[in-house]
Amino acid sequence: MNASGLSGVDAVLLIPLCAAALLAAVPSYRIGAGLNVAATFLTFAAALSLLFVRPAAPESYLLVDDLNIVFIALTTFVGFTTSVFSASYIAHELEIGRLTPSYLRFYHAMYQILMFAMNLALVANNIGLMWVAVEMATLTTVVMVGIYRTHEALEAAWKYFILGSVGIALALFGTILIYVAAQPVIGEGLGSMVWTELIRRAGSFDPALLNVAFIFLLLGYGTKVGLAPLHAWLPDAHAEGPTPISAVLSGLLLNVALYAVLRFKMLLAANAAAIAPGPLMVTLGLTSLIFASFMLYRRRDIKRMFAYSSIEHMGIITFAFGMGGPLANFAGLLHMTMHSLTKSGLFFAIGHIAQVKGTQRIAEIGGLTETHPWLGWSLVLGVVAISGLPPLGIFMSEFLVVSSTFARSPILAVLLVFGLLIAFGALLLRLNGLAFGEKRGSTAPIKASYVPMFAHLTLVLAAGIYLPPQLVIWFQHVSALLG
Amino acid sequence: MDRLAFDIAHLLAGGLVLVSFVLLYQDRLYALLNVYALHAVVLALSVAWQAFVQAAPHLYVTAAIALGFKAIVIPVALHRIVERLGIHREIEAVVGVGLTMLAGMALVALSMVVMLRVTAGAAPLAREDLAFALAVVLLGLLVMVTRRNAVSQVVGFMSLENGLVLAATGARGMPLVVEISVAFSILIAFIIVGIFLFRIRERFDTVDVHVLDQFRGER
Repeated sequence: MNASGLSGVDAVLLIPLCAAALLAAVPSYRIGAGLNVAATFLTFAAALSLLFVRPAAPESYLLVDDLNIVFIALTTFVGFTTSVFSASYIAHELEIGRLTPSYLRFYHAMYQILMFAMNLALVANNIGLMWVAVEMATLTTVVMVGIYRTHEALEAAWKYFILGSVGIALALFGTILIYVAAQPVIGEGLGSMVWTELIRRAGSFDPALLNVAFIFLLLGYGTKVGLAPLHAWLPDAHAEGPTPISAVLSGLLLNVALYAVLRFKMLLAANAAAIAPGPLMVTLGLTSLIFASFMLYRRRDIKRMFAYSSIEHMGIITFAFGMGGPLANFAGLLHMTMHSLTKSGLFFAIGHIAQVKGTQRIAEIGGLTETHPWLGWSLVLGVVAISGLPPLGIFMSEFLVVSSTFARSPILAVLLVFGLLIAFGALLLRLNGLAFGEKRGSTAPIKASYVPMFAHLTLVLAAGIYLPPQLVIWFQHVSALLG
Repeated sequence: MDRLAFDIAHLLAGGLVLVSFVLLYQDRLYALLNVYALHAVVLALSVAWQAFVQAAPHLYVTAAIALGFKAIVIPVALHRIVERLGIHREIEAVVGVGLTMLAGMALVALSMVVMLRVTAGAAPLAREDLAFALAVVLLGLLVMVTRRNAVSQVVGFMSLENGLVLAATGARGMPLVVEISVAFSILIAFIIVGIFLFRIRERFDTVDVHVLDQFRGER
């Protein structure tokens, strides 16, 4: 805590928590949506303040270091823009009667609890606390996915629930094993679960235990990252829930789970005798990439398709972090940031598109650039960005991943490029039908909020053309930390 | 370490694995719920014994949760739900009993080999506990994948979770065990309230997950 009595870390956690309590009590959905935006904005501001004023020493529960600050800034920013999008999205849902005001009260409160849980998972300095926070984030999203209460939504929520719970159980077993490994060195009690302590003394842990623990943690948190073959929940959860939740799931929650994996990867890297965690992550990442790329061709539901694209990109990011080394880590971080911004931006566009057309079926949507030029062209820009065409940000990060891999392991690079090209083909093929071609579906105008969408796409475009040197230095520093 | 203390802990943890096996071959829902209650009782005894041996009074809270919540409240609630929603009392298994049992034995052998080898340095009590706990976790997963019925999948998940609690209490002096067991109880309560509130029976006319799969939005 600093002199003012309340540090930025506390603010990042307390604002969403208070907002959740408040929003649960506010009956009017208009005020609720406004409050939701205000609260996420304040959280974002608090997160930015962490960039400048940082708590001096890590406590036994909370920690802010150079690694998690990247994630916190990104999470709170996308959380803020999504809340702006959500305000106009839910107004439409209310109009057509898919949601009722009482559900919205619940929805807004849950949104804030989700933000709280994600921030808590990111700032936790205790592996037990981190686990609890990830579980909480899972539960809130499960409830949100099922909020429409249709057959499909309930099925998606149930599947997410069961698979997510199994993932989380495996992660807990891994966490216990880490404690068992740490306990002879650090001693009984809280100290053996504090991350800063663990990383400091990881060199003298029993390597065999660490290996087994990492496998459990990778499978457990990897389920939540959506890595194939543990991804089965992800497309359903994205397709059936409200679109703002799809945006937050893809853009943020997957990152939070990945962050947990990275923390444990660092722990393993600090122990010379433990297995190298890289090859495992490379294998899972590559499998996800290639699998998801092929699956993209068979999708008939627009949100489901972009959910598979999220699996593909999480695969690329996991691959990059698995390769390790300053360049690949840098590429992974950049790719993660760009993917979060692009994918949530895309979901903003898709949310409005699905609303105006009244369907998510790709076959029933066509000629968007003519019927709704703003939505259509932002979809075009988003898909161009996500498929990795220059000059947008994702092109740059993918280029970095590929080139750094080529220098070290050409065969892996060939597989990587193969996967990327397959996905590229699928996305452009579908885009053609959606944005151009014959006009299909309703042509009625829609009141959409374009600002969050454009803000994201502009950032991605700007990052593709010019990366500020401060950002590069910052990311390079973090990459060095990741090892 | 007192020899007797070790033997009793060993016996209780082994008993938990045994009850997990009994869960594997149940083909009626009520019987499955009763066996699960027994599972929770054995867990409660095991945790209470650990609390006594380690002189860690907070673990008694975890034991009390296991006894009160898992062995009584949940089975009773599930009984009621099965009755109220008129769920089929027979459990449809994906593979036969013989094959499932063989797979179960293989999993137990696997967890013994893996855990005993990697925990060579740990205290003997924690070592055995972890090996048994992993066996319970894997058997729980097996129950989940071999059953099609939603309620029995939940029972599989809960037995898996019991294995985790066993592991957490076996790791001497682990902090947050009570908090984690409370968090898990909340998760389970959520699941059960979910089955009931969402009225999976009413919506889908069955709690058979296999049928739920037909609602996938791909068609």
